[in-house]
Amino acid sequence: MYSHGSESLIKQAREIQEPELQKFYSRIAKLLQGREYGHETIDSLQRLYLILSATKYTRMLPSELQKRLLSLLLSSSVEQLQVLCSAVLRETLPPSGQELNFNQDTSSLLSSHAAVLLLSQTGSRGDLSCLSAQLLRSLEGRPSEGPAHSLTHTLPIINTILTHSPECLTEDHVTLLSKKLVDWLRYASIQQGGGASSGGFFTGPRSRQPGPIAELDGTVSGDFFTVLCVGQGFTEDQWMNVYSFSMLRHWLLTYNSTSGGHTTGDTDDRSEVDGSVVSMVSATSSSSRLLPPKERLREKAFQYCQRLIEQSDRKAQKRTDTELQKACLVEAVCILDSVCVEDASLVYRAFPCVKALYGRLSSDLSFARVLLPIAQFYLNHGEMAAVDCECVWKLVFGRFPAELFNDHFLAHELLQFLRQNLGNLQLRVPQYISSFPNLLKFLAWDSPAVVDDFVDLLPSLVTAGTAVELLHSLLDLPCLSATLVLQLRSMYFPISEPGGRGLLSLEAFRSPSYRGLFLFLLRGEAGSGNCCDTIARLNKLHELLAEAVDWARVVQCAQTVPVLLHVYFNTVITVADEKLLAQLILVLLERSSLLFNIPKYIKEIHRVFSCHLLRLCKLRPSLVVDQSHELLEFAGTTANVFSKEDVFTHVVWVLGEYLSVSSDSRCSVELITSCFESLEAVLFEVTSSAPPPGEAHAAPRVITSLMSALAKLASRSHDLIPRVSLFLSKLRTVTRGGSVPWCSNEEDIAAVVTRGEELWSLLKVPSVAQIVLTPPPHVTTPQWHRDTNAAMPLQLRALTSLTQSH
Amino acid sequence: MVHCFLIHTICPINVLGAGESRVLYSRVFGPDENTLDGDLGPEERRLLQKEKLLVVARQVRSAVALSREASGQVVVETVPGEEGVALMEADSGVLRLRAGDPFSGERSALWLGIQSLGFTLVCEPHENLLLAEGTLRNLARHCLEHLHMLASGSEVLLKSDRIDVLLSRLLPHGQLLFLNHRFVQSLEKEVTAYMAK
Repeated sequence: MYSHGSESLIKQAREIQEPELQKFYSRIAKLLQGREYGHETIDSLQRLYLILSATKYTRMLPSELQKRLLSLLLSSSVEQLQVLCSAVLRETLPPSGQELNFNQDTSSLLSSHAAVLLLSQTGSRGDLSCLSAQLLRSLEGRPSEGPAHSLTHTLPIINTILTHSPECLTEDHVTLLSKKLVDWLRYASIQQGGGASSGGFFTGPRSRQPGPIAELDGTVSGDFFTVLCVGQGFTEDQWMNVYSFSMLRHWLLTYNSTSGGHTTGDTDDRSEVDGSVVSMVSATSSSSRLLPPKERLREKAFQYCQRLIEQSDRKAQKRTDTELQKACLVEAVCILDSVCVEDASLVYRAFPCVKALYGRLSSDLSFARVLLPIAQFYLNHGEMAAVDCECVWKLVFGRFPAELFNDHFLAHELLQFLRQNLGNLQLRVPQYISSFPNLLKFLAWDSPAVVDDFVDLLPSLVTAGTAVELLHSLLDLPCLSATLVLQLRSMYFPISEPGGRGLLSLEAFRSPSYRGLFLFLLRGEAGSGNCCDTIARLNKLHELLAEAVDWARVVQCAQTVPVLLHVYFNTVITVADEKLLAQLILVLLERSSLLFNIPKYIKEIHRVFSCHLLRLCKLRPSLVVDQSHELLEFAGTTANVFSKEDVFTHVVWVLGEYLSVSSDSRCSVELITSCFESLEAVLFEVTSSAPPPGEAHAAPRVITSLMSALAKLASRSHDLIPRVSLFLSKLRTVTRGGSVPWCSNEEDIAAVVTRGEELWSLLKVPSVAQIVLTPPPHVTTPQWHRDTNAAMPLQLRALTSLTQSH
Repeated sequence: MVHCFLIHTICPINVLGAGESRVLYSRVFGPDENTLDGDLGPEERRLLQKEKLLVVARQVRSAVALSREASGQVVVETVPGEEGVALMEADSGVLRLRAGDPFSGERSALWLGIQSLGFTLVCEPHENLLLAEGTLRNLARHCLEHLHMLASGSEVLLKSDRIDVLLSRLLPHGQLLFLNHRFVQSLEKEVTAYMAK
């Protein structure tokens, strides 16, 4: 599809030299002077467009050529020329001082292509206001003399202007347009347009009479015209009906009196106070003529949407129309929602309609995307109408993630719905938080597309009640990803392939003895099932899923887990109490050996764990003494030095730093001694022999951190100092001999020895060692200017410099 | 409102770096969002806009690559005449563009990947995505047919006026339209008449 030819064309267009370009400009100018425009002119214009658009740097046209193109755009009746001139002029800039004049006389109706140029070169809000005024004047005028589509582009242009600066339309304009929209939406012709099927020889006057419009299923239409009505041809106001509905939602959202928020509190008060007369009147549609234009538009929009919902129940004859019906349902429910937010009295009329629609669609998962706006409606107005919304939430948080996790669009829209209504959901819908195992399925399936959404949503899912289970779920995300792949495969290929070519993991997925494991991963709600039981069997699960470690989907998922873990930990420290934090440390230690064996995944997770272990202990130093038993058990296992180096190093550091009386008064001499002995044993083992087969040498960082930790502990219980000093001097002696079995790199050995010597000399003076290695709190948290003792030198220095400068 | 429509490459290109994308057609609807607030000169504004579109193209390219990798789908080349097949086998998805990355407000980028080219619509977050999806497919189908994109020609570069006309009917000024099959037929007749010239 994309060929060498195209690439070289772009290159040529970018690299065209200035003299050649000027020649080209003058050739085109000459071609455009004539009256007739043949293939050569068109071709040249197209090449000119390519030259201008291929580069991101602007090229300026000679002003004569520019003027000629502009006048062609405004005066020519050949559409191709208009299109090309508009495209060329858009890719360049008008010479300064010759910006398009926006105050043209309105006798010439602005063509769509000219308007495109105007819009792209608008300099300011003032220009947009002029343009919108001009357009509305043209709408106000008599029925058009021009071709059928001459008015139709005005609505899209107005909609564009609204998007960029709604204040460009004055109050009068808004009123005018509201009235016009009402006419087009509600009172468009219900006869088919002229230009009915081409007659043959024998068509008489009777067969040329247009009949009434029809519905999508072929039956004759019994009510007003909408986008879901068909005919052989269409009248102008029927076209305007389509364009009006297409911009209706945006119009209503822009000119709502409240600025679009979903808070029901304010809007309720407002409509009670000043809308009481209005709401009584709007309850009976026959007297809607008495309503002011905005309210009348709202009423007609309401009726239009109700009709669309009704029409969508019909079976369309064409597939594209069925798709359109779905899109119309979404739009209609959204409009009803925003109209009800604006005028709360309409909720009582809207709810039965929406509820019936929900009843019709809730069992059909192919309408899932239509059910999301319905859920929004329930969320906004359900409480007011005192309707039970349980079933809706069961669907949205239950069935959708469980069965439609692989629908990209549904995932995007559902997550967007959650993001936009987070406050409301947290307050009113308890199912939201408890359904996180289900929601994580979207992430497990298509991580790159939705990880962004989850970075925003995850903090709201972290609560004291769900924290531990959520952590486990995040760590098991790649397993969930693999399981979902297996689930889908199992559905598409229900019978095992006889030739034995089937996947081992698929067999395991189907076998009843492991069913429980997989079902636990696929659970829909938090708090169900036995978390601890499954953790115990995780090794088995990893074994069963071993062939999934190189599936692309699983690898992509694994890459997003560290990011989410960071978000998780950053949030959990704000909601967790001491007990929960202690539990989390235990989970960290336990899971560091229970991770799915994807290359680099384990290392990455260890890195995250180390970082946050440090943060947690820094935040609550007493945790170290509290959990000392488990931490010691971890640090006392020599195998951990090799398999979990990162975590081990940090655990050792944390023990050395915070296992002291100043962190927690429960720390006893016995505790310090037993910790010392465990660490000492590990250090002996690591520095006396080669690493176990299959493992790399221990990094020097591990050894130095062990030595530092021992020194710190010894500085708190001076009896231990001789033991450390002895070890350090022995180390120095051994390494002087040259190579050692536990380290192959000379620089590393030197670093270890240097540290050893530093610690040894420090420990020769125990009181100094104590201050350096276990500094009292006021040293580690300096308060220079607040502390009168420390502030004196600063004051003196300031005074000195002041006096010296004069 | 659709903010812009792009046709760009989603396959690796020799002369560009990995992950880069060549934009073959781009169309931004409405006033430049940088105009109304910033104090940049017109040339800088144009440059900024082009760069933003390039950022979108690159993000879509990597999204397509990841999606294809995850699904293990093999991209099959189809020949001219099999536009329907190409469209059916296309992958599609939607990408969230955060506020500031690169547009000032949040946007959604709807994409359709047909072999080595991607068609992207950048919409406002509250847009009716069902409608946008249908419109995008329709646009892609017309582009494939009228610009012979399954062949190795360069009509997408040299006949971009056809895309402009297509957009002016099916997506005028970025407005998504609720068109039933009759309205679509009527507009397509006009488009075909134009293309025949």
